[in-house]
Amino acid sequence: MSYEEILTRYEPVIGLETHVELGTATKMFCGCKTDFGAEPNTQVCPVCLALPGALPVMNRAAIEATIRIGLALNCDIAEWCRMARKNYFYPDMPKNFQTSQYDEPLCVDGYVDVEVDGVTHRIGIERVHIEEDTGKTLHVGGATGRIHGATESLVDYNRAGIPLVEIVTKPVPGLGGLAPEIAKAYVAELRDIIRSLGVSDVRMEQGSMRCDVNTSLNRPGEEWGTRTETKNVNSLRSVERAVRSEIIRQSGILDGGGKIHQETRHFHEDRGDTSPGRSKETATDYRYFPEPDLVPIAPDAAWVASLKAALPEKPSTRRARLREEWGISELDMQSVANAGAVEIIEETIAAGASPAGARKWWMGELARRANELNIELAAVGATPAQVAALQKLVDEGKLNDKLARTVLEGVVAGEGDPAEVMAARGLEVVNDTGALTAAVDEAIAANPDIAAKIRDGKIAAAGALVGAVMKTTRGQADAKTVRELLLERLGVS
Amino acid sequence: MTDLTRLSASDLAKLISTGEVSAVEVATAHLDRIAAVDDRVHAFLHVDRAGALEAAAAVDRGEITGPLAGVPIAVKDVVTTKGVPTTAASKILEGWKPPYDATIVERLKKAGMPILGKTNMDEFAMGSSTEYSAYGPTNNPWDLGRIPGGSGGGSAAALAAYEAPLAIGTDTGGSIRQPGAVTGTVGAKPTYGGTSRYGLIAFSSSLDTPGPCARTVEDTALLHAVIAGHDPRDSTSIPQPVPDVVAAARLGATGDLTGVRLGIVKEFAGDGSEPGVTAAFQESLQKLVKLGAEVVEVSCPHFEYALPAYYLIAPSECSSNLARFDGVRYGLRAGDDGNRSLEEVMSLTREAGFGPEVKRRIIIGTYALSSGYYDAYYGQAQKVRTLITRDFQSAFEKVDVLVSPTTPFVAFPFGSRTSDPYQMYLADLFTIPTNLYGGPAISVPCGLSEGLPVGFQIMAPTLADDRMYRVAAALESAVGTFTPPAL
Repeated sequence: MSYEEILTRYEPVIGLETHVELGTATKMFCGCKTDFGAEPNTQVCPVCLALPGALPVMNRAAIEATIRIGLALNCDIAEWCRMARKNYFYPDMPKNFQTSQYDEPLCVDGYVDVEVDGVTHRIGIERVHIEEDTGKTLHVGGATGRIHGATESLVDYNRAGIPLVEIVTKPVPGLGGLAPEIAKAYVAELRDIIRSLGVSDVRMEQGSMRCDVNTSLNRPGEEWGTRTETKNVNSLRSVERAVRSEIIRQSGILDGGGKIHQETRHFHEDRGDTSPGRSKETATDYRYFPEPDLVPIAPDAAWVASLKAALPEKPSTRRARLREEWGISELDMQSVANAGAVEIIEETIAAGASPAGARKWWMGELARRANELNIELAAVGATPAQVAALQKLVDEGKLNDKLARTVLEGVVAGEGDPAEVMAARGLEVVNDTGALTAAVDEAIAANPDIAAKIRDGKIAAAGALVGAVMKTTRGQADAKTVRELLLERLGVS
Repeated sequence: MTDLTRLSASDLAKLISTGEVSAVEVATAHLDRIAAVDDRVHAFLHVDRAGALEAAAAVDRGEITGPLAGVPIAVKDVVTTKGVPTTAASKILEGWKPPYDATIVERLKKAGMPILGKTNMDEFAMGSSTEYSAYGPTNNPWDLGRIPGGSGGGSAAALAAYEAPLAIGTDTGGSIRQPGAVTGTVGAKPTYGGTSRYGLIAFSSSLDTPGPCARTVEDTALLHAVIAGHDPRDSTSIPQPVPDVVAAARLGATGDLTGVRLGIVKEFAGDGSEPGVTAAFQESLQKLVKLGAEVVEVSCPHFEYALPAYYLIAPSECSSNLARFDGVRYGLRAGDDGNRSLEEVMSLTREAGFGPEVKRRIIIGTYALSSGYYDAYYGQAQKVRTLITRDFQSAFEKVDVLVSPTTPFVAFPFGSRTSDPYQMYLADLFTIPTNLYGGPAISVPCGLSEGLPVGFQIMAPTLADDRMYRVAAALESAVGTFTPPAL
């Protein structure tokens, strides 16, 4: 049964909960650093380890960042709100409660406009609230790395207490078969907006942006169906795949007369589908109550107004401007945006590449590689400066297209900058005429029959000899030059 | 030679600063006293002889000066002391040595006050008798067969037994004032937010207030001045100057209360106080009138709901605050034999590590916060709290302070109230409203009933801590201090 066919019988409703780790220098409630990748348990103190007696104090920068995100998502900012405790036991949560927000979020009721295939879809934002991250548990000694079957568990509290912003959409009905694409475009837009604010590096592959995707299906005209919440959706591509796979899975159950259970499901990047997690029926009662250790948040209206006035250009506005500057079509710009390549191409142009050159590499070779490895573009191993340098070598005639691809392979493999890779691998275009002439003469001598045909005016036969020269020069010669030289040597030019 | 343990902190400070006695001599006298009597009193869970003597020596070397430099102090075991065991009188924290000092402990050290040790209490400050200490109760120096109050019975008993001239307590529902009352000592609960909670092992975050304990009002004020004041590490700490409580106490000691209006709470009459307690309170009230005070009856109609509201709010917060004791990072870990799941180990640890009263309150609080019950219990209790706050605010439009007995009954014999939690909870009937409101209150000894001390409570508006010290010192000047029989 095809996806298209399913959508003739069912209407999906989606909703997204996105967690963004803020890039504040210090944690949410203490002065510990937030550097990624530090040795386990080196960025901890009595507060984020929840030692007896320790107390939290709010990080003003985190509040400011959250308000700016709220404003950028067209939300209202609460004049007064409180943090709340979400109580449940888990070893990577030192206090055994998460300091979060419950019924008094800092930002409410906004929206994001998302463009797919030239059509704008407005995604409602229910709330934006602030909370803290947990530590990380590593289960060792078991086969699966999951808690089941593990012989011991190691906990790293470096991440515990890093500020997190949770952005929750309103339920989005009416998207039909475009739901997966729009979900992906929404997350991409959200990422671009947050990146433009400079409050997070929003890198899904590092976990600084994480998505939970809610999906339900209903038959046309009927009430919304029971939703499932898919967790562990760690890339833009996975957002799309997760929605699609849930639509297909749920329709299969509904077609068979079955019922959808409200549950948490895990998305598997490798298989592209979901498996059941914790059932909501046995879910914890979080016993939320206002956090008594923290005073309420009451942002000054003038302060909020000044933050609003200082918001950067919206990514969609910026894209329109860049489209103009780069001279590309709306559709091309859309695919650049969907690939999450706007910034990186812009940086590459800033580093000296032409718009066409920058776009060619990032949307071509590098996008392909990112897709294959299922990683973000920024993680493919080439920097904007390197791509700009590569394009410069092409423009200067030192590399042809094919050689440039090989050099790029070396760059992403970590062999160095393009010039270094070119030199180390000996890939520069051979434009030493002496060496080329020798190669041409050699080819003529080795293929007297073909040479004779060319001399007789069968110019089309030259291709075979050009190919032979390219072969002996390992592709490093410029084919056009070789052809000219060959004809000259045969006296037919 | 004078027995140094019988002197007030104020006198000791003078003798030390003039060089008449050394801080080491003073510390040694108190350490020796502890060694001599604490097997009978059991006020201390841990004595830090070496630490106290070293801190005293630093004062003698002239490294630290100040109004209480060299005066030793006992600290309730719910307050963290770096490198010195801190258990909150619970098995779950047995042997835990904090890697950091509470803010108030930092301030004591900065003031050159040697810390003698950590005092006994009801486990996690939940109780009114120290009978819920996991390490056995403290005995009241007035009668070793009776309770010293709670939760801070160890701090109060250490004062009454002359083991320390000063002590730190914490007051969530009366844990400084009620022990003060039943041991004939002084105990003050400052305005909530007036003293830092950083390093105070939390019982109920919105109520917990560290405060000073001593044998005289002036000593209490001197200690109050050392520990109070804004702390950026406690979000609920008030960023305002501390009122001059020492000056207020000295003013009150002159014995003039002309024009001061004392409010007595109508709803506290017919409260079931013991007759001897009521009598001592009334006599003291008359003495204050003789000093010029005026007595006004005020109505606080919602005070009768204070006890039930408190027993929803405090357990709710405690159920969350005590969740961190799970055996994962510190303290006791039970049942970790390599075959049990994480949940089982957490559960067994808490089963083995917490005592009956702590478990009772965690269960009450967990229930009160549960989905579907929140509005009826926790939510409703918060509304009552607001109404009680309004009762105080409207009363303070008519009077300067409110006065009452500190607790309805004198020190009771061990075991007489443990079988019925409600009988135990009644000990805090008069002290709890203040915690819900957040204002300051102090208990001062005002007389004896059947040979046992009775406490007089003075409650003031928030941030007017100086006002209660003035009235307390005036009362002390009129009734004197009370000395227990020799141990």
